[in-house]
Amino acid sequence: MAANLNGMIMKSMVPNTLVFLFGFFLLFVNVSELPAQEASANKPTKAVTETRIGYLRAYEPQLALSVLDIPPRDEGVAGANVAINDNNTTGKFLGQSFTLDATETKFDADVVPVFKEMLARGDRFILTDISAKQLLSIADIAKENGALLFNVGATDDILREGGCRSNVFHTAPTRTMLADGLAQYLVWKQWRRWVLLYGSHERDQLYADAIRRAATRFGATIVEERLYEDKGSARRTDTGVIQVQKQMPVFTQNLPEHDVVVVADESEVFGSYVPYRTWTPRPVAGTAGLIPSSWHPASEQWGGSQIQNRFDKATGRRMLSKDMQAWTAVRILGEAVTRTKGNDPSQVEAFIKADDFSIAAFKGQKVTFRTWNWQLRQPILLGDNHAVVSTSPQEGFLHQFSELDTLGVDRPETKCKLN
Amino acid sequence: MRRHLCLLAATVALPLLAQPAWANMVYVSNEKDNTVTVVDSATMEVVKTIDVGQRPRGITISHDGKLLYVCASDDDTVEIIDTSTNEIVGSLPSGPDPELFVLSPDGKTLYVANEDDNLVTAIDVAGKNVIAEIPVGVEPEGMGISPDGKTMVNTSETTNMAHFIDTSTHEITDNVLVDSRPRFAQFKPDGSEVWVSAEIGGTVSVIDNKKREVTHKITFEIQGLRSEQIQPVGVRITADGKKAYVALGPANRVAVVNAETYEVEKYILVGQRVWQLAFTPDGKTIISTNGLSNDITFIDTATDEPVKSVTVGQLPWGVTVAPN
Repeated sequence: MAANLNGMIMKSMVPNTLVFLFGFFLLFVNVSELPAQEASANKPTKAVTETRIGYLRAYEPQLALSVLDIPPRDEGVAGANVAINDNNTTGKFLGQSFTLDATETKFDADVVPVFKEMLARGDRFILTDISAKQLLSIADIAKENGALLFNVGATDDILREGGCRSNVFHTAPTRTMLADGLAQYLVWKQWRRWVLLYGSHERDQLYADAIRRAATRFGATIVEERLYEDKGSARRTDTGVIQVQKQMPVFTQNLPEHDVVVVADESEVFGSYVPYRTWTPRPVAGTAGLIPSSWHPASEQWGGSQIQNRFDKATGRRMLSKDMQAWTAVRILGEAVTRTKGNDPSQVEAFIKADDFSIAAFKGQKVTFRTWNWQLRQPILLGDNHAVVSTSPQEGFLHQFSELDTLGVDRPETKCKLN
Repeated sequence: MRRHLCLLAATVALPLLAQPAWANMVYVSNEKDNTVTVVDSATMEVVKTIDVGQRPRGITISHDGKLLYVCASDDDTVEIIDTSTNEIVGSLPSGPDPELFVLSPDGKTLYVANEDDNLVTAIDVAGKNVIAEIPVGVEPEGMGISPDGKTMVNTSETTNMAHFIDTSTHEITDNVLVDSRPRFAQFKPDGSEVWVSAEIGGTVSVIDNKKREVTHKITFEIQGLRSEQIQPVGVRITADGKKAYVALGPANRVAVVNAETYEVEKYILVGQRVWQLAFTPDGKTIISTNGLSNDITFIDTATDEPVKSVTVGQLPWGVTVAPN
């Protein structure tokens, strides 16, 4: 209604070419987002700077023991899109617009060719949701082309340690950050005797390593470890429940006295079967039970309900950790473009790498980067399948620079040498 | 003139009848338990608890003190409470998820920030209808209005801007970038400046209302506290424009700022997670809401010392005081 009225006024008062330009402007900044009222306040004479943000994803459908744990098809990308919308809302006041160039490859593909195509399309800020190996295969090509990468998916510590790069920022937490966040809570609860059950795949072993490290770091004891070998069984069968009910108690029989069972099963082979089925009744934590993560679909603290509502409205589902990691990366870029008043990669990089850089990410405090490996410092949420239980760092875990640095590999221990 | 009459009436009525309607009632919205606590500013005791809608946050009172407006955020409405009976007598069409609002100096228009829709809604209070919806940045929150009523300032928390809106055209005239998560906008009584707090940025930006640019940035340092614990939210400036009070969230303190030199002069320890502030009409007392300790603190503005903390409902959020 108001749009028509404004259009008519425009037509009666300005030459046709201007009307055309005005229309073009509206198209450019996504007309559905832009009610007429402030389009008329924001004079269409302002040039629009467009910033392309790439999103490289290696995808295959994930298996899970519970159908509820199967990641949604747009996990991560959806978070980036919501942040693009947020950046555009801000951008319309400043003549800036943002678009997402999402590109998908097979899970184990060589990502170099497709990455080069993204560079050729002009992408210089690229989010990646790919494996550590794939990320290392493109990091140096990115650097040669002046592109910045934002790792939103890989939790591998190696990418922030021996494999760190000066042009790769990480909004995903590391396994050691997740394990330390969990460990602090377990120790705060005085649950210091742990049993570790771990899977046989590489990522399960890496998770188990992080749990072992956390136990040593925070004064817990792993009283016994057990390996659950993946023999290639189907994740879900019609009659499997009866078997599982008998298997899991046996698998956890004859363990020494313990307070909690920690599960390391990123591959979703047995972990979700452990809660409520252990031989002795004990709480379960790790990749099942009480799970550490960068975000939780039920987190509403610290203004979180606002981003959750916005995300739900845009996607029709709740926001997951990878969505938040991607949202944060795109918001960091939006903030850098807003503040530097442009999208020159070297200026954006300098802005993000400045000592006073911080961003608000619904975590109760500003989040910042560790300057020694460009890992985002962030609180770790602990939650079960439907609620947030706690947030680490826990009270009393002190640090000389930032309490957030009690989570994960700290500066004195890092193997990262940035050049 | 009318104020003098009211004052006179108050001085006569108070001792004789102890009529609560004439005392300076303090109204506190309790976000968690869906109530408004009424506290007598003289006795500093709870008088009554009013049940309201879901998640009450922003709270303000009509200039004649007769009607209380409360943002019932999760009910998507602004509730109207008759202060003589403490009963809900109506509601205003606020738009979704109203959090904070400001009443125009003439008392006719209520400007509401709709967090979920990136809108500011202007409501005609008498007609109870929406006059305008103004698109702003992401997560609009803080709302301030100039003493002459001509300029309204809204802050958007994720866009990190103060949007200056002309109240006659309901259009944005200026956008000023401030630090992360701006929560509150407060004009100086002479209209020369707007102070905008940034919760995550940890600063208060002083914006010159003529130039529409940041001229000063106030920072806070408290011994023994990390910078990330200092999160400025509520801001109030004294009627003479000389002193400002800033609620510092999880720093558990209210900062006293010299509003002429912009120097922080004192930190007053109050309660946990200090959120909003309100003066009593005589300016002798400022009251803070302390969300996590479920209380409010009365502070003497002559000495800047806390006088008394009073337990209210769960998660006290906003506070307003009835006029004389």
